[in-house]
Amino acid sequence: MPALPLDAAGVFVAAAYGVFLALVVLYVGIIGSKITRIERELRSLNELVRRSDR
Amino acid sequence: MFGKGFAPLSILTAVAVAAAAAMVFFYAPLDADQGFIQKIFYVHVPMAIVGLLGFVAGGIFGFQHLRSGDRAHDLRSYVAIHLSIVLAVGVLATGAIWAKASWGHWWVWSEPMLTSYLIIFLLYCCYQPLRFSIEDPDRQARAASVFAVTAGVFVPVNFMAVRAVESVTHPRVLSTAGSGMPAEMAVTFLVSLVAMALLFATLWKLELSGKQAAIELRRLRARLELDAERSEPLADARPAPGAAAVPAGQ
Repeated sequence: MPALPLDAAGVFVAAAYGVFLALVVLYVGIIGSKITRIERELRSLNELVRRSDR
Repeated sequence: MFGKGFAPLSILTAVAVAAAAAMVFFYAPLDADQGFIQKIFYVHVPMAIVGLLGFVAGGIFGFQHLRSGDRAHDLRSYVAIHLSIVLAVGVLATGAIWAKASWGHWWVWSEPMLTSYLIIFLLYCCYQPLRFSIEDPDRQARAASVFAVTAGVFVPVNFMAVRAVESVTHPRVLSTAGSGMPAEMAVTFLVSLVAMALLFATLWKLELSGKQAAIELRRLRARLELDAERSEPLADARPAPGAAAVPAGQ
């Protein structure tokens, strides 16, 4: 196939880099939400320790 | 434990990714044959190489776990494979986009490189269901490590088998005879590869730290709840203030 013109090729290149970016953002977002859950759990554990100390 | 050196690594990764993006769009020349479409090469190929190396690394950590029994190695193996599956999704998607743009088809079944990568991806898709179908943590880790080692050996064997087949469509990037790329393209590709490897290492460390923290928290919670249970019967046995003490033997 002959090389695509820049405007048509640009869509494909943007789509490929968009897929990569979306995957990274999604992955970091999922890990970030897990870390937020860990923080919440840590707070509840701190509360538990504080209550048992009283 | 796993979070050590995370900050400098993430800064280095950000710099490398920015440098790679700048080189891809402002330094590397346009390909004479494919034109602008060839820019996909700088994200597709590094992702494929790093993903395959991640699968192999998962096998090496699995082997270390089987040899030493250290669960930290199993965790490393699990995260490496998990992350490589994510990269493999990216490889298949970007590969399909590139194929459509340059060959006119989203997928070519007669192409060994594509089909073999899909087989590897589907093989590793079995890893998580296998792992989480076993409840006992020790058996789970052992079975997952055996899978990681077996599949990890399959990856380079499969790669060599595909290289042995004479391909007519899929271009070869790495070969002993040289890549055949102009120097600017080769340098850009190498920077992209390093950036992808650093990104993999950063995300791997990030997920490992999160998983390790979750495990420690679960352990701590179980211990605290056990301590609370132990202290409760003692508190119940203690006489209420003002109540007469019951002498022993009555």
